[in-house]
Amino acid sequence: MKTTTTVIIGAGHAGLAMSRCLTDRSIDHVLLERGEVASSWRSRWDSLRLLTPNWQSRLPGHRYNGDDPDGFMTMPEVIRFISSYATAIDAPVETNTTVTSVRASGGPGYTVLTTEGEWRCRSVVLANGACGVPDLPALAADLPHNVRSLAAADYRNPDDLEHGGVLVVGAAATGIQLADEIHRSGRPVTLAVGGHVRTPRTYRGMDIMWWLDAAGVLDERHDEVDDVTRVRGLPSFQLIGTPARANLDLNALQAIGVQIVGKLAALRDTGAGDTTALFSGSLRNQCTLADLKLRRLLDTVDEWATAQGLDGELDEPHRPEPTRVEDDPPLSLSLASGAIKTVIWATGFRPDFSWLDVPVLDRKGLLQHDGGVTPSPGLYAMGMPFLRRRKSTLIDGAADDALELSAHLAAHLSHISSRGLQDACKPQSGRLYP
Amino acid sequence: MTTTTTPVDNGVDVAFLQGAREMLGNEPAGAKFQWRVTNKWVRGTHSQTSTEGFFGLGEEQGRKQEFHFDGDHPEQFASEDLGATPTEIVLVALASCLTAGVATIAQNREIQLRSVTASIQGDMDVRGVLGVDSDVRNGFSNVKVTYAIDADASHEDIEALVAQSQKRSAVYDIITNPTNVTVEVA
Repeated sequence: MKTTTTVIIGAGHAGLAMSRCLTDRSIDHVLLERGEVASSWRSRWDSLRLLTPNWQSRLPGHRYNGDDPDGFMTMPEVIRFISSYATAIDAPVETNTTVTSVRASGGPGYTVLTTEGEWRCRSVVLANGACGVPDLPALAADLPHNVRSLAAADYRNPDDLEHGGVLVVGAAATGIQLADEIHRSGRPVTLAVGGHVRTPRTYRGMDIMWWLDAAGVLDERHDEVDDVTRVRGLPSFQLIGTPARANLDLNALQAIGVQIVGKLAALRDTGAGDTTALFSGSLRNQCTLADLKLRRLLDTVDEWATAQGLDGELDEPHRPEPTRVEDDPPLSLSLASGAIKTVIWATGFRPDFSWLDVPVLDRKGLLQHDGGVTPSPGLYAMGMPFLRRRKSTLIDGAADDALELSAHLAAHLSHISSRGLQDACKPQSGRLYP
Repeated sequence: MTTTTTPVDNGVDVAFLQGAREMLGNEPAGAKFQWRVTNKWVRGTHSQTSTEGFFGLGEEQGRKQEFHFDGDHPEQFASEDLGATPTEIVLVALASCLTAGVATIAQNREIQLRSVTASIQGDMDVRGVLGVDSDVRNGFSNVKVTYAIDADASHEDIEALVAQSQKRSAVYDIITNPTNVTVEVA
């Protein structure tokens, strides 16, 4: 059995940012990584680039310093960026070490079981990522066997797909990017669209991330929003990172021939070996909601620009064309007709906490936490959507989150140390929450 | 200059609804409701439906009065036109649900409503119900709702109200998404 003060689970950008902050505080720690550094970024599709521009890749004591600040990193570049950070901060990473259990150790602290042995520690940081396992809807199980069912996490490029139609389910960043790439490969795409967050790549000549960063939208805190559970569950921005800084929205997809339909509502066995996909009739309202929210966001940033006196330096304000919805979008699609060869589930991810034996998950299996501080003392989370701020979802959010949570963690450690002597004189209480 | 602001009052108890939201979020069993109506054939295509009590909040619930609905077909179908057509009653349900949502969301967003009027059209090709053409669906091919709303809010805020109302509406969901229906003979 090995001991350390803090175990960080996961050596991605979030775990490494925390490692750097713990090192700054001289807190002994280890990062347990199931694969290699930045492993989540190693299992993405070939053409994917970051959704945030290079200048926004900022970690504590480390930032992009190349010659293309407005570009978007490819996945190999992201992996290099994060790996070079691990090297630069001399992070104590144990690679190829999969955590199989985390449980309270009886006293203050935790026992962490791994494929490479056991660790005892006083605190744990869950930095294993928000994208642990694909979050498929239950109806995915009803897909007939002659149609290939593919989670977006397992997609690499269009050549992997049979020729023929593809139904892409979900219209967040992944769904719209795959719809674009696959349709352009000659495989006609139908895109099922539920709630989505329409986001232009550029606005008034500047990247949308510049606007959100400069106007403070990304700094909005978890305790400032009306319903943090709702915002944590929002789909990702409809964005793509390309050298041309292209806007990719439902209008752009329809312009190349992608058929947009409502949210996939059911797969119905219609007998004689046919299954029909049924789509919600709510497509028009989903698009209206997204258009209204986008206009509200642009109003906010325009007001900010005016208040800052920047109007003279930026292009004129404008409003994107409303999302086009045809008069009668199809409500059903036969899957047996051969028109659809593959269904791709771009329905998001959920974190994998199957190994977490500490009662901090709610009824729906979501981690309970207040800005990354879980109800179990000494147990923290990093790298989750809107953990402490809107930008917590991004690489750029890890720095502030790690700074604040490492301070909380340090205070917790000094609290249990000061109680250590008193506790040594008392029988073990065995309570989970002292 | 001094201005006096009258508190927004659309007659919706938002504080109660927020309390219910919180309570039922923690007690999902109490959120299981069952709505019930009883329908009796009268003559021809005319029938009468009445509402009953319902189940919810973990127990049987009564209400202070029953509501009655007559359903029939119009004279153009050689019926006696003694009630609204069932398809019209679906539109009644959709309109009532969306308008209740508009009022509730307006209250929550502190928007004072002065008038809310909706006109609803349901397009239907009756060759479906008559069995003339199996390619024609029985139900609506399209439903269009048009709201005219006078309120202390911008046009865009009013559009957002109506959009949010659709997002939260039971009947909108019932009409736009499939539902398993079991009809049996006792």
